[in-house]
Amino acid sequence: MSTLKKTTLALALAGATLATTTHANDVEVLHWWTSGGEARAANVLKELMEAEGYGWEDFAVAGGGGETAMTVLKSRAMSGNPPSAAQIKGPEIQEWGELGLLGDLNDVADAEGWDELLPEVVADIMRYDGQYVAVPVNVHRVNWLWANPEVLEAAGVEMPTTLDELFEAGEAIREAGFVPLAHGGQAWQDATVFESVLLGGQGSEFYQQALVELDPEALGGEQMIAALEDFKRTRELMDEGMPGRDWNIATAMVIEGVAGFQLMGDWAKGEFTAAGLTAGEDYLCAAAPGTADAFTFNIDSLAMFRVTDDEEREAQQALARLVLEPTFQEAFNLAKGSIPARPDLDMSEFDSCAQQSLADFQRTAEEGGLVPSMAHGMAVRADVQGAIFDVVTNYFNDADMPAEEAAERMVSAAEAASF
Amino acid sequence: MRDSLPMKNTSATPLGAGAKRSTPSGSLQAWLPRLVLAPSVAISLFFVYGFMLWTFVLSLTSSRMLPSYDFVGFGQYSRLMANERWWVASTNLMIFGVLFVLICLVIGSLLAILLDQKIRQEGALRTIYLYPMALSFIVTGVVWKWLLNPQLGIQAMVQSWGFESFRFDWITDPDMAIYTLVIAAVWQASGFVMALFLAGLRGIDDSIVKAAQLDGASLPRIYWRVVMPCLRPVVFSAVMILAHIAIKSFDLVVALTGGGPGYATDLPATFMYAHAFTRAQIGLGSASAMLMLGGVLAILIPYLYSELRSRKHG
Repeated sequence: MSTLKKTTLALALAGATLATTTHANDVEVLHWWTSGGEARAANVLKELMEAEGYGWEDFAVAGGGGETAMTVLKSRAMSGNPPSAAQIKGPEIQEWGELGLLGDLNDVADAEGWDELLPEVVADIMRYDGQYVAVPVNVHRVNWLWANPEVLEAAGVEMPTTLDELFEAGEAIREAGFVPLAHGGQAWQDATVFESVLLGGQGSEFYQQALVELDPEALGGEQMIAALEDFKRTRELMDEGMPGRDWNIATAMVIEGVAGFQLMGDWAKGEFTAAGLTAGEDYLCAAAPGTADAFTFNIDSLAMFRVTDDEEREAQQALARLVLEPTFQEAFNLAKGSIPARPDLDMSEFDSCAQQSLADFQRTAEEGGLVPSMAHGMAVRADVQGAIFDVVTNYFNDADMPAEEAAERMVSAAEAASF
Repeated sequence: MRDSLPMKNTSATPLGAGAKRSTPSGSLQAWLPRLVLAPSVAISLFFVYGFMLWTFVLSLTSSRMLPSYDFVGFGQYSRLMANERWWVASTNLMIFGVLFVLICLVIGSLLAILLDQKIRQEGALRTIYLYPMALSFIVTGVVWKWLLNPQLGIQAMVQSWGFESFRFDWITDPDMAIYTLVIAAVWQASGFVMALFLAGLRGIDDSIVKAAQLDGASLPRIYWRVVMPCLRPVVFSAVMILAHIAIKSFDLVVALTGGGPGYATDLPATFMYAHAFTRAQIGLGSASAMLMLGGVLAILIPYLYSELRSRKHG
């Protein structure tokens, strides 16, 4: 690894001297905030930078989950010419750190008091080897249950607070002639439902052991088998048209009153808002059944690449400072449906779902229950995550596979993926 | 007979060109073709064979997110062999490849024979059958995804006619989903096979058929015993083209099933892409790419061998 570090570093240095197209005090930011609201929000950051006299070079790469953007970033890094900042999240920050490509933000972090400002769990993700290398942009909550109140009323059910209530409510909704749970059969959506069900049935401590620490005893144990069985039961609540369906189409089923519930992260709120609905009235949000005391987070962050030029470095530091500034945090998160990464902001502009999200975020950060989302690449490395996805989605779609076998495969997935 | 087939001609030109070249007098004339060809030779040497070699080297390393040169021997290959999803993908390729090639050949040759009966509006019909080939696999995939969706497509339509118990939900069934890929791919490619066969049929000397008729052979018998054997080279070309479409299939899977349900319709190409580019396992992805290359070579080498040998004899 050390020889690799040296070669990549040498490449990076060689590339930095080649990259003469950017002005010294410009920052080039690679991101995939390309949808309408997101792009406007990213523009706020650009204006803030320009107001302080720095240049902003936009490097937006479209493509939902950022796969395309990551491919572009890798090829830029390989050719020794990485952008100054890039949208990298979760354990991937550690991988880029290991390659020795990231620069530190300790000066800004000290000046702005990030240690006090950010919850410890969040700060940990932003640090590599004890140094701040990335700045959090927002916090998404993944364990949400969305509902259409009209459907619930027609079926005569309340928002469920436990998994058993969810299954009961689901039956009533089915009898009333609706689809109980809207879902799209894509691996990441399967995994999103799986982690919420696991969290709801087995609690955040078990979640931490199994899906974050990858403890083989937890992964193959009784509790995992129980969680897998609960997960399989949710399939009975879904409709047969789900294979390959995109998540926003599933959200539209809730909006249109075809389906009662959806288990999805708070980006779903963007769809409800775009349809002109108001939180708490036209649609309901609640923590996924059984997870009121837990919070699975999915944090977008900007990681800073190592630069040699002092002016560029200064611009980078300014970028990091501005990202956490209230102006940007508010504008960006209102557009994105998430909550600010700093918990000390005035939330009066935000809707009731976001306010509840922030309250739960602060509470779980103090009392425990704040856990990274496995399904959204916050908990484990990409290869392990992929192997777990394979097991989860295969088990979910295979009517004959017993939960015990899936649990065994889960253990070997966590082992085999690491090399 | 053989040279009258259009496919043969096009594939034979680059190979045959070397033999036919006349001896030039001036040295510039001798060198000019080589000079002009040199850049493209160099570029394909580097970008095709160079990168193949690089992929092979990477498949021997522990590369994860970015290429590294920490060699682990054939470790990635043994991981691949232990990977259940790889076996699903390989089995799928066998099922998909065999069914796709066979069904395309059967449907394509039947269509060609029927069109060959000197019917009216043959040109229009031929265009209709050939048209799916003009679409990209992405379009085919999306259209068939809707047609096969039990709540939108064929099943919903037949049920709305009153056949409530009708079920056609293969795309939601992990055991059957691979056959939906075959359906869509056959729909796309069989018209093309038809065109190949039609060209072949037109090249057959009428007098052979007439002779068979004089001998009292029935029409099916003429086609089966006389015409089809004459079309062997066409079958061969068609199999080659279809086989490599099958091995390269990627876009169809992405558009039609996304590899799902679960990973039931994964093919080696989608496996390779997922591991090398989204799962930060470049080493494992390269190993799977090398095995795919092996699969292609297993088909290509016998083909080239027979091509070159027949040229020598011919």
